[in-house]
Order: sequence, then structure tokens, then C-alpha cells
Amino acid sequence: MAHVASRPLARRTHRRLAAVLLAGLVSALTLSIAAPASAEEIGLDEYDNKISGLVELADQPLADVQLVIAGGGFSVEVVSGEDGRWAVGVPERGEYTVTLNEETLPEGIAVIDPELEQPNVRTINVGQSGSAVANFFIGQGERNTVSLLDQVVERLFNGLNFGLLLALAAIGLSLVFGTTGLSNFAHAEMITFGGLMTLLFGVVMGLPIWLAIPIALVLSAAFGYLNDAALWKPLRKKGVGLIPLMIVSIGLSLAVRYIFQMFVGGDTQQLPGATDTSLEIGMFGLSWTDVASMSVSVLVLLGVAFFLLRTRLGKATRAVSDNPALAAASGIDVDRVIRIVWIMSGALAGLSGILWAYFRPGVSWDMGFQILLLTFAAVTLGGLGTAFGALVGALVVGLFVEMSTLIIPSDMKYVGALVILILVLLVRPQGILGRKERIG
Amino acid sequence: MSSSAGAKGAPIKSTGLHIGEPAPGVKKVDPIIVADNITRTFGGLTAVQVEHLEIPRGAITALIGPNGAGKTTLFNLLTGFDKPDTGEWTFDGQGISGIPAFKVARKGQVRTFQLTKALSLLTVLDNMKLGAKGQRGEGLSRALFPWIWRKQEAEIEARAMDLLARFKLDAKKDDYAASLSGGQRKLLEMARALMSQPSLVMLDEPMAGVNPALTQSLLDHILNLKTEGMTVLFVEHDMHMVRHIADWVVVMAEGRVVAEGDPHEVMANPAVIDAYLGSHHDEDLGDLDTGVMTAIKELADDDADEEKN
Amino acid sequence: MIDWILLFSNAAQEIISPTTAAYALAALGLAIHFGFTGLLNFGQAGFMMLGAYGFAIATLTFGWPVWAAILMGVGASIVFALILGIPTLRLRADYLAIVTIAAAEIIRLLFTTNTFESVTGSADGLQGYKGGFEALNPIPPGTYGFGPWVYNEYDWWVRIFGWGLVAIAAFITWRLFKSPWGRVIKGIREDEDAVRALGKNVYFYKMQSLVIGGVFGALAGMIFILPRAVVPSNYQTSLTFFIYAILLLGGAATVFGPIVGSVIFWVLLSFFSGFIARAVEVGWLPFLSNVQAGQLRFILVGIAIMLIVIYRPQGIFGNKKELAFVK
Repeated sequence: MAHVASRPLARRTHRRLAAVLLAGLVSALTLSIAAPASAEEIGLDEYDNKISGLVELADQPLADVQLVIAGGGFSVEVVSGEDGRWAVGVPERGEYTVTLNEETLPEGIAVIDPELEQPNVRTINVGQSGSAVANFFIGQGERNTVSLLDQVVERLFNGLNFGLLLALAAIGLSLVFGTTGLSNFAHAEMITFGGLMTLLFGVVMGLPIWLAIPIALVLSAAFGYLNDAALWKPLRKKGVGLIPLMIVSIGLSLAVRYIFQMFVGGDTQQLPGATDTSLEIGMFGLSWTDVASMSVSVLVLLGVAFFLLRTRLGKATRAVSDNPALAAASGIDVDRVIRIVWIMSGALAGLSGILWAYFRPGVSWDMGFQILLLTFAAVTLGGLGTAFGALVGALVVGLFVEMSTLIIPSDMKYVGALVILILVLLVRPQGILGRKERIG
Repeated sequence: MSSSAGAKGAPIKSTGLHIGEPAPGVKKVDPIIVADNITRTFGGLTAVQVEHLEIPRGAITALIGPNGAGKTTLFNLLTGFDKPDTGEWTFDGQGISGIPAFKVARKGQVRTFQLTKALSLLTVLDNMKLGAKGQRGEGLSRALFPWIWRKQEAEIEARAMDLLARFKLDAKKDDYAASLSGGQRKLLEMARALMSQPSLVMLDEPMAGVNPALTQSLLDHILNLKTEGMTVLFVEHDMHMVRHIADWVVVMAEGRVVAEGDPHEVMANPAVIDAYLGSHHDEDLGDLDTGVMTAIKELADDDADEEKN
Repeated sequence: MIDWILLFSNAAQEIISPTTAAYALAALGLAIHFGFTGLLNFGQAGFMMLGAYGFAIATLTFGWPVWAAILMGVGASIVFALILGIPTLRLRADYLAIVTIAAAEIIRLLFTTNTFESVTGSADGLQGYKGGFEALNPIPPGTYGFGPWVYNEYDWWVRIFGWGLVAIAAFITWRLFKSPWGRVIKGIREDEDAVRALGKNVYFYKMQSLVIGGVFGALAGMIFILPRAVVPSNYQTSLTFFIYAILLLGGAATVFGPIVGSVIFWVLLSFFSGFIARAVEVGWLPFLSNVQAGQLRFILVGIAIMLIVIYRPQGIFGNKKELAFVK
């Protein structure tokens, strides 16, 4: 085993300083990105694939400009050399984001590109050739700063959008939990399934998107039904306990997730219209896709509410959630209710996956798993097993995740939501809308 | 069961427990528990509202009342398994209101549960040993050094075997508790409680779900507790049993104590007949809890609405 | 042709590999939580991460000696256990599950973010912390061993240290669960109210269990990083799930189950991955690419978890009657 020698001493002291800050929890959130990397070429020997670029202003090279290249769990920093050039090795082919730190540009200079919302961030694809180039338009101009109010409004809309799509997934999860007691980790794969099916029909098979999405939804519902019929119903009949069931769902989630990966690979692929800038409204960073997404979510959520509150089947569903034995005793066909809940759960999760694919944007094999914890957080926050609690919880989580990026770095935005989850459980373990249980 | 009890002769009842006329909250000559002003509400529902209650020492007291009267809730409150909204009470002269359940138990007030809590995947003997108090080997650091606790462990085992023999469970000592019958589990739970050498034993429905063949033996064990100087407080639905072994009866209805007294007198008390027996005579509502009833009614209403539409 | 000797020899190496030791120790910690106490800890990856980063950061940032660095990792895991346990151990079992899984993710994201890059190395992680550990190596330089197990002095030192820790932890666990303390813990798994009614401070016992299992997790995290670097992406939720697979394979309420489970798990995994990769190369599985073959292991683990839980919940070594599941 080879060992890499300790990093230079200067860096170590720097590190110690930062550690002290970290340990003291001194406004950890405002710590700026520290320790610029020292070379203009990083990791070229280590990895086969390369991303490179040239930073220049009116044909004059700019040195010491910092760039962060990240993707697929990998991330590296580089600064441009005296000739303005930089290059990094990256482990795999695929999509990477290159972020130019505008703070490190000379005074009065910025990345300018009227086409883009964030001109200093570029997404590039390292393809078959194994290398890619990322350059920026740099010139005199305003830095990428949006007024605080605009930012707040933009984040608010984003949070609402995210919260609504999360609610679709959370309500399905919550209904299944309420009626069967199962904490279904494989719910993540039902979310991914919706996105993948839309990709299959809308992109691979080239059907128009207005047709591909309904097909994907029907298949998602069928997938939900299949989950119950092939696995959960037999296990219920066998009398397997709730915690073993939860562990079974963990196994299922793992297996299905990697089966997805076998079929679609590790890349992220876009649905039609997801990255189409012509759909921008030009207000608060919203696009027509966002508006459509929010409208669909609201309509479907209203539909679910109507179902639960006004229809006989919906009432039966709530009765089963309350007390399955009693519901069965009073003549409700519990198995039928559970079957319908699974079908709904599948369809809602699938829809949520499609909207998530437009929100991220992109379809990937683990997209559902990425928001599984947030979905659980939403369900728990709202109160385990209450459908409307899940809705409230999801909106809280969605808004919190997006709004928190105003203050904390965006790579920590999920941290805030999960911390909130833990804090709420401390104060109100039954969740926001949950009922306190009678003991004894 | 009363016939078999008759054959063995009626148990000796303790008398002269109270001071003055028997009435709700009457003073006792030598109370072990004195409770004042206990209330517990769930949402809008007041489950327990007891102004004053004394439990006599060295006697067997039965706590009876229709379902939903708040008996088990009162049990949970007195043993620290639930927290009251208001109220103070003492055990053996010490205030124990609001202290956690395990501390209550350590003071010598142990309880059993309505739904038997045998520790299924522990052996019968381990169940028993768990009951013993003040075990040195139960501390994490000392647990690692067997020579510290081995001697005490042997003593505990001897005492456990002794009790198991009395409860006729000694042959099963190495079986998992899960393999016992319902009645045997009740016996085990009671025997386990006795391992802690309590001064007050609180039994929540000791007869529920017990095979008739075992009831006499259970009754004898409860009577034995008294002869050994322990105080017993139990919740029970079985009126024959109450009449047969209780020295004192406390009747609860709708969270309040509505009557107290000698078993035969109490059962003739019109307030009791009204509150308890009067409403639904010989109906056995023991298994239906009121929450279930309301839920069923709601659903029926829904159906009616549905039909109207 | 497939080189069977190589496949078997690679699989055989896993028997004593430090990774196997690390997973065994982490699974043993989880056995204390889940198998013996009934605590649903889904954040064992978080405990491992704290052990690994605690050790590495204490060495690199503070320049502490090995023993102090180990204490740092252990201390961090104890603090983590207390933070998780104090609010949740009074609540229903599933709350601990949600809180631990969330907390482990929080920690992973905090170690991944660029904000603390100077201490954590962000997504690149940390390396170069092994000097002190290497200096303690009593084995003279050289290559030792026989058959498939031929390693240099450092590799042997890592293996001896790792398995030594596993042996000590197993001995402690065995002692604990033969004692009255272990009896109380198992009682809590069965019914904590009953144990409370017998005068035991259930909350305190659960906390002790959470801390011990967590410390085992932290030590496992340290063994895990001795043959490799500390990289945050190694500590995803699926790490905890792998450890659950091992635990269930060996038997959740046993002392040796997690250890044997880990050995079986890694030997089988290595063999199957190797076999499938070779089979793809020689064209036996024309429908699979090499990358896809690599993913097959996760699918197998997932299916194995399901099958074990459904058909043999007591694990290979568990007692049929002592099904280690909390109800």
C-alpha cells in the first residue's frame, strides 16, 4: 500500500486554524472556501479523463482565478496559471459542473453571459474523447449578483415547487405507512421509475412528451400494484413483523436501484424541454416547466384530498389507517384498500419522479434515492401516517431546503432540512399534525 | 371457582381498615398510598379525577369499575408510567408523584400489566433473575468482571428457583418464556415481581385470559402475598374473585372514585349499581374499549351519510 | 479461460482482509444495538465516519499521536451517540431509525461540503495520516506469508491490529451478554415497560448500549481507513445497509454471527464479482458489460437481505427460537 506523504506544512497550519473554527462552531456557515489549490494542473496522472480551459480577458490571460469542478461525487479545485490555463483530471466520463469563483477575478470584472442565469457556472459533458473544455465569457460588467429580494422570491418559488413535488412522493409513502405500517425504503425506486419510464417513452422511443408522461404514470401505478401483489401482500399474509418488513424494503431498494443502473447506466439524461432556455419566463428565474410542474402538483394534491375526504373509498382508507382490525370488523375490504393505496402510491411517486426530473434537472438511476430521506423527513415532520401531515411536512422541507441556500452553501442545503427534522422531533415527537398517543 | 374456594374454606378477611363511615376518600388506619387531587386528561377527555384516595396497608384492595372508568390510567399514574396533569401522592410516607417508573419500582411498589409482559425470548429463569433488585452485575463496568457478581448471582438464582417451585414453574426454568401458556405467563410475571421483594404489589387484571384450571392457584398466590405481609392492589372485572379475596373495594366510574368499602357492602351500594352494574348488567363489555365503540359509530354515521347522498 | 486459482485466491484473501475486520466490528456494534437491545440504528456509517475522520483529522490537523487520535475518534462517536440518544431513546423505536439515518447523512454532507475543505479535504477526503501507525509496527520490513496470504510488513500490521481489535471487542461483548447487565439489555429488547416495572433505568441502559455499539463502529471506521484513504463517498447510507446484511447473515443476536457473517459476505462477494467480471471478459455473459457486472454485487446483496429476512430471520448462527427481531 503506498502512502502519500503529508501535505505541506503551510497547509497544515491553515487546516489547524480552520479546525479550531469548526470545533468552536464559530459561524461555520459563513466560512468562505479556504485553501486555494496551488497548481494549474491537478490529477492528470491519476485519471484518464481531463477537463481544461483558459481564463482570459480580452486575449490577456488571467492568473490565480479559482475554479471548482464537481460531478458524480468527485470534486476538485484548481487555479489558473500564469498563462491563464488550467486542467484537471477527472475519474469518469459524464457530467461535471465547473464553477468559476468570481471573487478571485480582478475588480470590476465578471463572467458575463446574458443567456444564462448563473453565467459563472457551466455544466459540461466529458464524452467518448475523455476530455472537455470549459471556458467562460469574461468582461467588464456586473458580477452575478441578483438583488436579495429577487433571490428570496426565486428561492421561495423554487422551494414551493420542490415542496409540492416532494409532497406527491411523501403522501404515497405516508398512505402506505398508515395502512400497512411499512416504512418503505423502496419508495425511492418508485420515484425513479416514473422518471425512467418517461425517459424510455419520451426520449428513447421518441414519443411526444404529452403521450410519454401518461404512459409512464400508468406504468408507475402498475409498478405500485406489482410491489404489493408480488411481495408485500404475501409477506403480510405470512405475518412478517414490521421491522423485518422495513429491512426487506431496504434490500429491495438496493437491488432495484442497481438493476436500474444496469439498464440506464450512471449518466444523467435530460427529458424533452428540461433544459430548454426558450421556456424561461424571465421573472424570478421561473420557466414554463416550473409553472406547469407546480400547477400539476397542486391539481393532483387537490384530487388526493378530495379522494380522502369525500369519496367512500377514501374514507375507508382513512379508517384502515386509524385501525385496520376495526376497519376489517366493520366490513371494509382491507386488502382492497391497501391495493388501491399501493396503486396510488406508485402513481404519485411516479409523477413526483417526473417532476423531480424536470426540477433537478435530469433522469438518473438514483434520483429517487437522493430525495428519499427528505421524503421520510417530510412524512415524519408532518406526523407519521397522516396524509395531510405529509403535505405540510413536504412544503416545510421543500421551502427550507431552497431558502436555506440564501445563507448556507448550496452543497449543504439538505443538512438544514435534516437538522430541522431532528429539532422538530425533539420538541414535538408526534410531528406537526400528528396526534399524541395515549400511553397504557 | 367459588365452589372450589368454598371447599378450601373462605380466606380470612382483614377488617377495621378505615376510620369513620366508608365513603369515597375515607381515611384509613394505616394507609400505604395517600393520593390527592389526581387528574389526567387526554385531549378533551378526563380519564382520571380523584380527589382523595388511601390504600390500606397489609390488605388486599380491589379497584373495580366499568370500562373506561380510568382504573388502568390511575394504575399507570401511581406507578410512574404516565404523568398526571395535577396531583400528589405518597407511598410509605414518601412523596413519589412525578418520579419515573423505575424509581417507583425500586421503592418497593411493583406492578404487573393487563397484557402480560413476559420477556418472551428470555428463559423463565432469566425472567426471574431480572426481577432481583440491587444486582452488582447490572452495572456496565462491573459486568465485565464476573468474580464481582458471581456470588450474588448464585444467591439470586437460589431465590428464583425457590419462587419458581412455589409457582410450579421450576420444571420450565430453561424454556423460553414464549413457550408458556397464558396463565403460566401471568404466574411468571407475578413471581418475577416478587423477586424484587416489594411491599406493595399492584396487579392489573391478574385473571384476564387465565385458564380456569389455574385461577385457584393464582388466587392462593395473591392471598399468600398478604400472609407474607405485602399489600396488594388489583384491578379486576371478575366480581366473584373480588368478593372472594378483597378486603376492601374501591369503585371508579368516569374517572372518579364513586364508592369505597367492604366488598359485600359496596356491591349493595346503589351508587355502584347505578354507575357500574346498573348500566349494562351482565353484559361482558370487558373486551370492547370505548375508543373502538366511538370509531365504529363514526363509520356507521359516514355510511348513513353516504346513503342519503 | 477463467483463472479459477486466481478467483479462489482473491476470495481467500478476503478472509483476513482489514476491510472484512472493519465490517465485522461495525456489525458487532450493530448487533449490540439491534440484535441485543432492539435499537434501530440506521446510522452506523455515521459512527464509522466519525471514527475515521476523528483519527485522520487529529493526526493531520492537530498532529496528535496515534493513541490520542484513536481517543479523538472514539470520543466523537460517544458525543454523537449522546446527541442522538438523549432526544430519541424515550420515543418509539422508529424515531431512532429516522434520526440516526438523517444524522449520518448530515455528517457525510458536512464532510463533503467545500466549506470545511481545509480540515476535511471535502470530496477528495484525507490521506497521509498513517505515519504514526506505521511507526508503531513491530514487524521488520519484508514479505511474509504463504499461499494467497502473502503481504508486506505494513499489510500484516494492519491485519493484526484490525483483527486484534475485533477479538477484543468480541470478548467484551461475549462477557457483557453473559452478565446481569446483558440480561437487562435483552429484557429491554423484549419489552422495555416490563423491565422498567422491575426498577431498571431503561433509558440509561439503552444509552449505554448505543454508546458501546457506536464506539465499536468508530473503531471499525479506523480499521477501515488503514488500507485506504478517508473519502466521504464511502460512507453513504448503503454502507449501513451492507452492515445490516452482514448482521442478518450471521445472526443478529449472536456474538460470533457478525464476524463470521462478515467473512462469508466478503468471500462470497469477492468470488462472485471476480467470477462475473471474468465471465464477461471471456464472453460467457454477452448481455453484460464490465460496468454492469460491477453493479451486480449490489443487486445480489439486496436480494440476499430480502431472502434472509424472509426465510431465515435468525441468520446462519442464530437460535431458531431467539429470532432477534424487535416486535
